[in-house]
Amino acid sequence: MTTPLIMTENLNVRLGGRTVLHDVSVRITPGEIVTIVGPNGSGKSTFLRTLIGAQPPTSGRVTRADGLRIGYVPQKLAIDASLPMTVHRFLGLPRRISGTKAREVLETAGAPGLKDQQMSQLSGGQFQRVLLARALLETPDLLLLDEATQGLDQPGSAAFYQQIEEVRQTLGCAVVMVSHDLHVVMAASDRVLCMNGHVCCEGTPEVVAEAPEYRALFGSGTKGALALYRHQHTHDHDHSHDHPTEHGHTH
Amino acid sequence: MLDDFMVRAALAGVGVALAAAPMGCFVVWRRMAYFGEATAHAAVLGVALALSFSLPILPAVIVAALAMSSAVTALRGRGYAMDTLLGVMAHSALAVGLVAVAMLSNVRLDLMAFLFGDILAVNRMDLATIWLGGLGVAGLILWRWSALILSTLNPDLARASGIDPRREEVWLTLALALMVAVAIKVVGVLLIAAMLVIPAAAARPLVRTPEAMAVTAAIIGALSALGGLYGAYWFDTPAGPSIVCGASLAFVVTTVVGSVVRR
Repeated sequence: MTTPLIMTENLNVRLGGRTVLHDVSVRITPGEIVTIVGPNGSGKSTFLRTLIGAQPPTSGRVTRADGLRIGYVPQKLAIDASLPMTVHRFLGLPRRISGTKAREVLETAGAPGLKDQQMSQLSGGQFQRVLLARALLETPDLLLLDEATQGLDQPGSAAFYQQIEEVRQTLGCAVVMVSHDLHVVMAASDRVLCMNGHVCCEGTPEVVAEAPEYRALFGSGTKGALALYRHQHTHDHDHSHDHPTEHGHTH
Repeated sequence: MLDDFMVRAALAGVGVALAAAPMGCFVVWRRMAYFGEATAHAAVLGVALALSFSLPILPAVIVAALAMSSAVTALRGRGYAMDTLLGVMAHSALAVGLVAVAMLSNVRLDLMAFLFGDILAVNRMDLATIWLGGLGVAGLILWRWSALILSTLNPDLARASGIDPRREEVWLTLALALMVAVAIKVVGVLLIAAMLVIPAAAARPLVRTPEAMAVTAAIIGALSALGGLYGAYWFDTPAGPSIVCGASLAFVVTTVVGSVVRR
């Protein structure tokens, strides 16, 4: 078995008298894409925050590989209009970077040419890509994304996840992401963790979509969408779409 | 040169403006305007306590300001909206301070000097305090600059970069308390928050980076101090409020210029 990049053992987190996470044991191995799904308040974001060290566990352990570099894309980031900030300066926080380096990393994140823009004037999709670029600066071994496509429309988030896939191929980093876009994300994952205070089921997207625990949380409706997305994904995008359209997956 | 009271006043005003500029940027970015106000008002209580126990005023003011900012930080998120909490704390501190000063019948205190500043009476000792304290404030902020900006943007992003946002907040609180102590003599407790907020807000429409905002705020603040003093001299108006009027004028000008340029 390969050494995990990061591993939690019997992780428990209590916040304000409420148990948010209990007995979470997860291993993330190099290069894999893991998606965490679960209803609101199921502890997904808390779990990611525990991984980056922002949330100390109440009990249990988090073990990181030696010299592990983590890139983190937060759930939401509202930059107050009172704070002037160019993309270049934002990427250089807390350590300044050269213009060449900024252009390079923006290219990798699929946001070329944004270097001198004001952060407050970016579109939702551009903003997420700049956040991704910042997370890629230190060439991370592990990329953590917390609902990174919140506020993007469906084509926007599909394109964003495609970018993640490309980044994974370029850098070879592992990716752990939390998401609500079940069908899009699950299809792009090697492994899915279904979380509801604990890991209630895990496995390949197909296995999880069939699992009774997953269906109890999300119903069986999304499974059809997953299959549909999978189907489209294996074809060229220029072929005619003769699929049933009741799932509303449009391009 | 320092024998001229106008020269000393100008140096004091410019010193406060330079120290207030980077600090004021964070007050604006973090929406701490009322936090600054509450901290400044606590200084009156500090002055009253110092006088009643015959303690030196400067450390007492710093301690009172620190106590206030720590109390506000500790009470945050305990069921009151931030502006309600600050409204209660700021005005209670001011009222209690004023009552306490009035009860000290054995001490004669020029209350107006503490409320509105007395920049024309700045002596060499005050000047040294203002410039050393001001260097302390500016140095503290510049030392933590990038870490503070990242913590202001997003605490989790800061933690992921190995920065503890709560520790950065402590540095900021400390700088604010020091700023209050330094600025009392120049603009008085009622207008300290103005010297923090207005030059930074006036700088905002002109700049594209946080660094440019701090530098521009420093220039606007220094010009306001000199202009305010000049106005006070010619029109025989109170110096502290005249300086704040100068900053307000700059705010109006840059806001108009900014909206015209953007259009």
